[in-house]
Amino acid sequence: MDTIFGVPTQALFGQLLIGLINGSFYALLSLGLAVIFGLLNIINFTHGAQYMLGAFGAYLLLTKLGLNYWWALLIVPIVVGCTGVIIERLLLSRLYNLDHLYGLLLTFGLALIIQGVFRNEYGSSGQPYPIPPQLMGGQKLDFMFLPNYRAWVIAASLVVCLGTWYLIERTKLGGYLRAATENPALVQAFGINVPRMITLTYGFGVGLAALAGVMAAPIYQVSPQMGADLIIVVFAVVVIGGMGSILGAIVTGFGLGLIEGLTKVFYPEASNTVIFIIMAIVLLIRPAGLFGREK
Amino acid sequence: MAEALAAKGAAVNDGLDERGVEYLRLTGVHAFYGESHILHGVDLTVHRGEVVTLLGRNGAGRTTTLKAILGLVGRRSGSIMINGRESVAMPPYAIARLGLGYCPEERGIFSSLSCEENLLLPPAVGSGGMSVDEIYEMFPNLRERRASQGTRLSGGEQQMLAVARILRTGAKLLLLDEISEGLAPVIVQKLAAMIRTLKGKGYTIVMVEQNFRFAAPLADRFYVMEHGRIVEGFSAAELDAKMGMLHEYLGV
Repeated sequence: MDTIFGVPTQALFGQLLIGLINGSFYALLSLGLAVIFGLLNIINFTHGAQYMLGAFGAYLLLTKLGLNYWWALLIVPIVVGCTGVIIERLLLSRLYNLDHLYGLLLTFGLALIIQGVFRNEYGSSGQPYPIPPQLMGGQKLDFMFLPNYRAWVIAASLVVCLGTWYLIERTKLGGYLRAATENPALVQAFGINVPRMITLTYGFGVGLAALAGVMAAPIYQVSPQMGADLIIVVFAVVVIGGMGSILGAIVTGFGLGLIEGLTKVFYPEASNTVIFIIMAIVLLIRPAGLFGREK
Repeated sequence: MAEALAAKGAAVNDGLDERGVEYLRLTGVHAFYGESHILHGVDLTVHRGEVVTLLGRNGAGRTTTLKAILGLVGRRSGSIMINGRESVAMPPYAIARLGLGYCPEERGIFSSLSCEENLLLPPAVGSGGMSVDEIYEMFPNLRERRASQGTRLSGGEQQMLAVARILRTGAKLLLLDEISEGLAPVIVQKLAAMIRTLKGKGYTIVMVEQNFRFAAPLADRFYVMEHGRIVEGFSAAELDAKMGMLHEYLGV
């Protein structure tokens, strides 16, 4: 069997693939957080719960209504995004003039409530969700076996991330968003309805979390706690990338997934902590994050 | 150059016949930031096609008057009629769509947008705005620096950009806050020529100016503010007779 640095290639590429899969979810989730933080200045601690809602949405559509994965991919982000719109209108919009801490407390509390309700209903053990039949099986490559569903997740996540980046950095609508992030009052004085833009941005960020949740359902178990476990790492990713930086969220999401995978191969003991070690180092050297701008 | 620009402006003017109609009227306007009460009953009127300058010391409430018109203060009361519409209860974005263009004192150029993106950012709020080509003709520097990051432009270029971007939108009432501040004399002259051109095109302009020598030859009428109130209002023809009073209020 071939080896690289004394590690079987099969194991190395296997871990790299797992790293890329995790990175796909880190990127999707930190992207939503970055978009929300940029415009709303709110650290959305509900993000993990909204990701979990995405997975449960897919699970419920399948078990209660018999709607398959592809329908879930379409319907769930919209429905969960709409719950985000309601949360923003009813609750978050009252906090913008207050300290950051209130937004953090509110979204953290919401996450606890949502997770509690689902744990009460479904228990803490995970529910299985089948891989859609179109994506069963896999490709046998020279160096490893690549399951089709995993390849799909990586590709879809890349497309969504780059699409979002393009939307924000290269379009007129994104220009409004960037301008409103800098100076919302002036953008309003130009005749743009900034409050509505904020509402839709939150809905969009929440929709991204739900989309990640649907894509995660066949890979991880659908459980009330799934978001809470992931979100801590995702926050570290956002901090490393730089709060509010779109490109930073995407690059560090995938990059840290890979680094985590490599660590599992070469020094498994550190695989759960490596991201936080990197976070500490980045904060020491570049407090605004790798892609962040000092304010 | 100013005459050439003005002559060109007159050719495309479409609002001359409506000149003299009341365009903006503030009656008993009070404005607040949080607990602090800044405007204490401002009354002023601006007619279509006029250039009106607000004079006064720093802190007299001139910038706040502009912001109150735009709805950018914490709270405001009284009456603000814009083109015959009561706007005091409207949100800022709806007020802007009545045809207002605002150039803030700090210029408000967005650093995450290029020069051209800054120029194209404000959506149309009226018909008959200048085309991008006309604007680049008026400010050739902006064409050269179109791809530069907005805040990498020089102070003068940023100021031109801040004014240029509201000329594209079809706004008919321009609120210009200290546009000559901190700029080299040659650029201040350029801005003065621009104001004359805009006046020739029938724009209505409310300026806040610290630079009296810049504002004096441009304005049709003046208001003097102190302690959040209008204390004097007079026309350009009365300027000489009022100089003594201005010395007292402004120390010019």
